[in-house]
Amino acid sequence: MTTGLSQGVGPTVAAPAWSAPPPRAARWSGRPPLLLVVLATVGAGLFVFPLAGLLVKAPWEQLPALLVAPEARDALGLSLLCSLSATALCVLLGVPLAWVQQRTRLPGRGLLRAITTLPVVLPPVAGGVALLYAFGSRGIFGWVLNRDTGIQLAFTTTGVIIAETFVAMPFMVITISGALQSVDRRLEEAARTFGANRWTIFWRVTLPLIRPSLIAGTVLSWARALGEFGATITFAGNYPGKTQTMPLAVYVALETNPDAAVALSLILVAVSLGILTGLRRQWFGPT
Amino acid sequence: MAGRTLTLVGIGAIVGLALAGCGSGTPKADKSGQAVTGTVTVSAAASLTAAFQEVGKAFEDAHHAVTVKFNFAGSSTLVTQLTNGAPADIFASADEANMDKAEKAGVLDGKSQDFARNRLAIVVAAGNPKAITGLKDLVRPGLVVSICVPDVPAGRYARQALTKAAVAVPQGSQELDVKSVVSRVSLGQADAGIVYTTDVQDGGAKVAAVTIPDDQNVIANYPISLVKHGSNPSAAKEFLAFLVSQQGQAILARHGFLGP
Repeated sequence: MTTGLSQGVGPTVAAPAWSAPPPRAARWSGRPPLLLVVLATVGAGLFVFPLAGLLVKAPWEQLPALLVAPEARDALGLSLLCSLSATALCVLLGVPLAWVQQRTRLPGRGLLRAITTLPVVLPPVAGGVALLYAFGSRGIFGWVLNRDTGIQLAFTTTGVIIAETFVAMPFMVITISGALQSVDRRLEEAARTFGANRWTIFWRVTLPLIRPSLIAGTVLSWARALGEFGATITFAGNYPGKTQTMPLAVYVALETNPDAAVALSLILVAVSLGILTGLRRQWFGPT
Repeated sequence: MAGRTLTLVGIGAIVGLALAGCGSGTPKADKSGQAVTGTVTVSAAASLTAAFQEVGKAFEDAHHAVTVKFNFAGSSTLVTQLTNGAPADIFASADEANMDKAEKAGVLDGKSQDFARNRLAIVVAAGNPKAITGLKDLVRPGLVVSICVPDVPAGRYARQALTKAAVAVPQGSQELDVKSVVSRVSLGQADAGIVYTTDVQDGGAKVAAVTIPDDQNVIANYPISLVKHGSNPSAAKEFLAFLVSQQGQAILARHGFLGP
């Protein structure tokens, strides 16, 4: 915890200023304002108590049996496969989408921005129905695809990835858009003055500058994809081993064994916390 | 660093999609007269989860060459799935309205049949600490009563039962599904609720049922049907026969369902 200040100096000095991560903000050294501390404590309580409740009330004795149950393992594996694939698609497609909205004079940018953030406010179940109307076997795009290639997207594992990408990508687009707005445009201009083409500017200047937001957007998208339920069950169904991700397995367990549902949720929480802390160390260094 | 991350996620996306593309094959339909084989896929209402999982296991024990796969969701979600080409051999609905919708959409093969009925009960904490004996007790002052919103069948039925008993809709919370009503009572946030008998059965040891007499009760029918374009109609027919057989009905009865 005390290494934060010393990290801002040292090895980063040698790197060119625009490719280095922004200097780590100095920790508050005086006494913090009491009001902020009180409000932060109340805020933290909102997260601490539910987690503590889960840990205290969890049926620990059921955990070992659940961990080896093939249904739970299948669901966990599917959840990881689909959420990571969806996150990758969010980076691959969401960053360019945000860039086009912020850096071009494309007509209808405002409308595009509204449409790409729609899934944030749309109830996920309605999103699933919309996906069926588009990519289902009778959807406006899906039936052409099905007729010409025989490919079915709905009710497949690919469908789960599509549904998760649909609900998660807005978080990437919003985060990256905000970052692109606050990037110092003079750095991009300077690169152009030195003869860099637009791709090089994007890849070597813009992307490194928005790296913290890229990480934040990736984590947000992944978390949203991992917990996705409504769009998935509507667009991809609830087929064990094929489309039944952890949230769907929790839903089925709630009907038969509420204790098992709590235990399954805990597994999901543990895996996501493990991955997030692991990545945090990888990306941010120890803090 | 950002570049390397991007390359990695790009590879991840391609690998993930490729893995996902390796779908499972469709089972072969068997010739009639031979024992049924393959996979039979049952799309069933969420309230049937516990009972159907047990029926599925018993059916697999009786037909070793068949695997039963379930797709559990709310009845109306299942109709949306079916009309959009979701793979299924059988559709089991928690109410007739959704079965009618599926029939009108032309996704069913033949007529539906009722295979079970469910009746309402009052759910109370184990031991019935508030000594509730019937619907009329629910309007007792100071009692917190939880029922479903009128849009879901259980909420509609609960109001019909209250009307039959000439009792006003009690004060308290309104939930979106019966499981939430049961969990409110089991967590002590409500003193009583109106749910299906089967939900009290599945609710565990913390809750108990108070019977609602027949003249005040509402009986819900559970219809089931074969699905058009199912991949395994012969095994699906066997499953339906098993469900209405003595063995199938005994399992349903154990979960609190009444015979059709």
